[in-house]
Amino acid sequence: MVGQLTWARRLLGLWLPLAALFVFALFPFAWMAATSLKANAELYDPKSNPLWIQHPSLVHYIGLIRESNFLVWIGNTMLVALVATLISLLFGVMLAYPLARMRFPASGLLALSVGVAYLVPQTLLFVPMADLINRMRLGDSLSAVMLTYPTLLVPFSAWLLIGYFKTVPKELEEAALIDGASRWRAMTRVILPLCTPGFLSAGIFAFTLSQNEFLYALLFLNTSSIRTVPVGVTGELIRGDAFYWGQLMAAAFLGSLPVVLIYSFFVKYYVAGLTAGSVKG
Amino acid sequence: MSVNPVLEAAGSAPQVLPARRPFRFREWLEREGVFSWLMLTPPLLFLLLFLGYPFCYGVYLSFVRRPVAQPATFVGLNNFVQLYNDPIFWQAVWNTFRFTAAATILKLGGGLAMALVMHQNFRLKGATRAVLLLPFIVPTVLSTVAWQWILDPGMGLFNRGLMYFGLMQQGPSWLGNPTLAMVSVILVNTWRGLPFFGITILAGLQTIPGELMESATIDGAGTWGRFRHVTLPLLTPVIFIVTVFSIIFTFFDFQLVYVLTGGGPANATHLMATYAYVISVTTGQLGLGSAAALAMVPVLGVVLMLMSSYVRRD
Repeated sequence: MVGQLTWARRLLGLWLPLAALFVFALFPFAWMAATSLKANAELYDPKSNPLWIQHPSLVHYIGLIRESNFLVWIGNTMLVALVATLISLLFGVMLAYPLARMRFPASGLLALSVGVAYLVPQTLLFVPMADLINRMRLGDSLSAVMLTYPTLLVPFSAWLLIGYFKTVPKELEEAALIDGASRWRAMTRVILPLCTPGFLSAGIFAFTLSQNEFLYALLFLNTSSIRTVPVGVTGELIRGDAFYWGQLMAAAFLGSLPVVLIYSFFVKYYVAGLTAGSVKG
Repeated sequence: MSVNPVLEAAGSAPQVLPARRPFRFREWLEREGVFSWLMLTPPLLFLLLFLGYPFCYGVYLSFVRRPVAQPATFVGLNNFVQLYNDPIFWQAVWNTFRFTAAATILKLGGGLAMALVMHQNFRLKGATRAVLLLPFIVPTVLSTVAWQWILDPGMGLFNRGLMYFGLMQQGPSWLGNPTLAMVSVILVNTWRGLPFFGITILAGLQTIPGELMESATIDGAGTWGRFRHVTLPLLTPVIFIVTVFSIIFTFFDFQLVYVLTGGGPANATHLMATYAYVISVTTGQLGLGSAAALAMVPVLGVVLMLMSSYVRRD
């Protein structure tokens, strides 16, 4: 009797809500995949089951790769995300290390400014930013987004790393200094290696944010061969006629795949970065 | 010539000095303030150039009339007056508030529920958490394109479902009707942001010590009593910060509306961000567009003040 009761409670309190959450979170991806694998005849047949594939076909994937610059966009997106992430980590460390571990005038004010800078969205700055990029003659080049993405990512990385650096006891550094190491050596050989989880968190976060960025890419990348996936997909794959959904869903699915794969290797660090600001704060 | 060994030693001292200079430079480097500022200067210069300068320049632009590729003329507060008299701008402001409020409430409620469901013991919990976060990971533009297809009036998943179950002869035009378009935009934002609330609140739940729950149970508290008097008060800090973050990012949202509706139909889903984009990029009025973007600042300011007063109270 008791066993049955807990089983029922388990079903209503855990398994049913979990199933609902799974359906809610994942059905758009299922629909994306199902659409991309059907030829137009089946796709636009009102009598066929929309979530079932009767005759799987790669026609939309082949068309996507042949007719558009999709693979180039994937390459561009990866390159930009990688460069922007590396810049953000480097500058993030340079900001966070002194702010977390050194005492000097104005350090409190600087830490606060970094926090405020993290909250400034690109929506606020895009008009003057476009002007700045044009005057630096960087318009319509990948450098434009490689330089502007870190404006969003550096403050975040610094904020996250300050938290990590603060968890390392000051005595470790002092011991290294007493042993005759310079501050630089103490930092690079003692403190930074201990903060690898922090770098992984900040890195995977910066990487996914770079993949997601749209506004600056939309403003700065006009030539098809230098576009990133989001701008390429919205700018070139949405065409006038109505029968483009197959290719569009193939692009959305293929375009999401690299981020999801990389994310799946670093989930632990991603979640740590996600919750660091709010749970510790 | 008798040589005084002491004098000779003194005389040779200047020869030692050049060898000591790099040593002194290193000592100077070791000072906390010097080391700090040498590290801080490059990233600070970068942020000043690409964040501080555009912000100041944006403030300047909002006081001039500047069509694309033409010289600027100073117009004082004219841009703001023009926005004040622009009914579409006020509609965008109202839309932004409605969108932010509705989406935040839905994400908060749903996220809290998700966290409470996930805060139980079951197999593959880590994998479940990773999978449920997917809407938040996948690039917004790509998932929004999928939603556009889900909401397609003719062949979209929603309307085909409605017709299949015989609920309607002809499904509604989700993105063509002003009210439904706003509902759709809120729905898609909620879909994307809910896991962020869920996972963060879950992390907060996991920090609540089990003994507190036990003692509350011993004191006779039921499930609701424990939630109301133990869980909720301890979760308040986490919930507050997640909500503030989400309000900021929802308020300034651009890509979702740009891709899903383009602000239509008839400006019904224009947010301040998308409207500022239309003014400055589509019609090329950089000054007016800057003013429209800057009009979002007071809101950010209020939110930041709330946040800092909260942190101080802590």
